Amino acid sequence: MKKMITIQTSNFSFLLSSKTMIVLINLLIIQIILFWLSLSLGKTFDPLTSLKVLLGQGSMKDNLSIIHLRMPRVIIACLIGSALAVSGAILQGMIKNSLASPNVIGISGGASVAAISYITLFPAASIQFLPIVAFVGALINGMIIYFLAWKGGISPIRLVLIGIGMSAVSTAMTTMMIVMGPPHIASKSMTWLTGSIYGASWTQVYIYLPWIIVFLPAAFLLLRSLNVTQLGDDIAIGVGSPLQKQRIIFFIIAVALAGSAVAIGGTIAFVGLMAPHIARKLVGPGFGGVLPTSALIGSIIVMLSDLIGRTAFQPISIPVGVFTSAIGAPFFIYLLLKKTR
Amino acid sequence: MSLTTSQITMKYGEKLILDQLNIKIPEGKITVFLGSNGCGKSTLLRSMARLLNPEAGTIVLDGKNIHQMSTKKLAKQLAILPQSPTAPSGLTVLELVKQGRYCYQSFLRQWSKVDEEKVIQALQETHMEEYKDVPIDSLSGGQKQRAWIAMTLAQDTNTILLDEPTTYLDVTHQIEILDLLFELNEKEDRTIIMVLHDINLACRYAHHIVALKDKKVFVEGKPEDVISPEMIQQVFDLKCKVVFDPIFFTPMCIPTGKGRRIERKELNHVIV
Ligand SMILES: Nc1ncnc2c1ncn2[C@@H]1O[C@H](COP(=O)(O)OP(=O)(O)OP(=O)(O)O)[C@@H](O)[C@H]1O
Ligand SMILES: [Mg+2]
Repeated sequence: MKKMITIQTSNFSFLLSSKTMIVLINLLIIQIILFWLSLSLGKTFDPLTSLKVLLGQGSMKDNLSIIHLRMPRVIIACLIGSALAVSGAILQGMIKNSLASPNVIGISGGASVAAISYITLFPAASIQFLPIVAFVGALINGMIIYFLAWKGGISPIRLVLIGIGMSAVSTAMTTMMIVMGPPHIASKSMTWLTGSIYGASWTQVYIYLPWIIVFLPAAFLLLRSLNVTQLGDDIAIGVGSPLQKQRIIFFIIAVALAGSAVAIGGTIAFVGLMAPHIARKLVGPGFGGVLPTSALIGSIIVMLSDLIGRTAFQPISIPVGVFTSAIGAPFFIYLLLKKTR
Repeated sequence: MSLTTSQITMKYGEKLILDQLNIKIPEGKITVFLGSNGCGKSTLLRSMARLLNPEAGTIVLDGKNIHQMSTKKLAKQLAILPQSPTAPSGLTVLELVKQGRYCYQSFLRQWSKVDEEKVIQALQETHMEEYKDVPIDSLSGGQKQRAWIAMTLAQDTNTILLDEPTTYLDVTHQIEILDLLFELNEKEDRTIIMVLHDINLACRYAHHIVALKDKKVFVEGKPEDVISPEMIQQVFDLKCKVVFDPIFFTPMCIPTGKGRRIERKELNHVIV
C-alpha cells in the first residue's frame, strides 16, 4: 500500500505535470512552424528557400531578405509576445485579478508617454536608451495607478476604472507630444503607437535581448512565490512569504518586461490579458505551468497577428497592435461582463 | 514551544478591539477561543500569527518577538488557517498542499525528498490521497476544509492556529475535522489553537478555553472549571443550564429558551 502511493506520486516532484508538458511541446511545435512560415512569407510564399537559408545554404539575395529583413522582425514579434504575456500573468497573479494586464494597469500608457517624449524631444538621441526610458515611464504610471486603486486591497473594478482614466491621460499626453513635435517625427510616432514592428532591425533585437535575458528567467524564479500569492495574503504570509517585498519585485519585473516590449514594439495591447487566460484554461492555475505556457501563447499571438497584418491586406501592412486589439478588446469586455454579473 | 501575548492591544483605525491582553497558550494542548460574534476572536488569532500588527504589546514565541522574526522562519514553527480561505479555480488538492512547503524552499532548494514525504503524510492524515488530483472548487465543504488543513499540516509546525475550521460543515464533518485535530494533538503533541462557535464541541475537545468579552479575557481555564450558567450568561448573553455529556462527561450547555416540550408520560413507551 505504502509502495503504491510512492510510485503514484514519485513524479510530482517535478514542477510540471505530464499534461503541461504535452501542452508545452505542442505550443512549441506551433511556434516553430509559425516562425518558419513568417520567414517564408513575403511578396511570395517560399518555405523551401527560407529552410535553405536557415540551414546556411541560401543565396546572397535570399540571405539578405530573409536574415536581414524578415528574421529580426519575427524574432522581435516572438520576444515581445512572450514578454507581454509573462508580464500579464505576473500582474494577474499578484493582484489576484484576472482583468489585470500591462495596458490595463497603465504600464503600456506610461511607457508610451515616456518613449514618445524621448523620440520627440531628443530626435538625435540613440534608441538604445529607449527601453530604459520606457521602463521608467511605465514604472511611474503603474505605481500611480496601483496606489490610486489601493483601498485596503485592489478591487477589480476600481483598478480597471482608474486604469482607463490614466490611459486617457497618457493618450492625451502622447497626442500633445506628437502635435507639438516636428511632422516627420509625428508620423513615425503614430505608427509606433499603434504597435508596429515594421522595419525591426537586428540592432533592435540586440538592444531588446538583454531585457529578455535578465527578466524572463527572473520571472521564472518567482514561480513559487506567485503560487502562494494566489492563495490570498493571509495564506501567503502564513506559509512564510514576505509579501510586501515580493509584491515590489513582481511589479518591477512585470514593468520591465512590458515597458521594454512597448519601447521596441509600441503598444501591442491585450496580449498580456489574453495569453494568461488561455494558458490557465490549458494547464490550470499553477504558475509552473502558466508562465511557460503564457510565454509561448503570447509569442504565437503576436507572430500570427504580424503575419496576418503584413499579408492579408497587401500592399497595405496593418500594424500588429490593430490585430491584437481587434481580438483582445471584445475578450476584455466579455471578462468584465462575466466579473460584474 | 511557548506562545504568549503580552499586553497586546488591537485596533482597526480608531476602534479598539482588544485591550492589553495577556494570554499564555499551554504547550502541546488544544486551546479554544470562545466569545460572541464580533468580539475579536479572529483578530486575536490573526495577530498571534503576525497577520495583523498589534497597536501595542508583543507576541512572544519561545522568548522571541514574532514581529522581529523573519516570516519564513516563523512559518516553520507556526501555521495558520484563516476563516474561509479561497483557492484559484482549477487548483488541485496536491498543488494546494505543496504550497505548505514554501518556507522550506529557496532558489537553490526547490523541492526535496522531505517535502514530498511531508506532503504525502499530510494527505494521508487528512484522508485526502484519493482526491489529490481533484480541483479544490469541485470538492464538498468538508473535503475542501480537509484540503486546507492538509496544507497547514504539510507546513510541519509545532503550533497550528485555525479560525473556525468547522463552519459550514455538517455534524459528521465537524466531528471528523475535530477528531483529526485531536489525534494530531494526541499523537504528535502539536499545540492547537482554534476559534470555535459550538460551546459543547469546544468543551469536548479543548484542554483549555479562553473566553473573550468586552475587549478583555473574561475567563480562561479547563472547560470543566470555567463553563457555568453564569459564565455563559456573561459571555454570550444566553440563559442556559449546564449538564454533563453522557458519554464524555465534559460540560454541555443547554439553552433555556423556547422550544417544543415533550411530556414525560408521552415518552414512557419509548424509553421503557
Ligand atoms: N478589517 C477590519 N476593519 C475594521 N473593523 C474590523 C475589521 N475586521 C474586523 N473588524 C471589527 O472588529 C471586531 C472584531 O472582529 P473579529 O473578526 O475579530 O470578530 P470575531 O470574534 O472573529 O467574530 P466572528 O465570531 O463573527 O467571526 C468586529 O466588530 C468587526 O466589525
Ligand atoms: Mg471570526
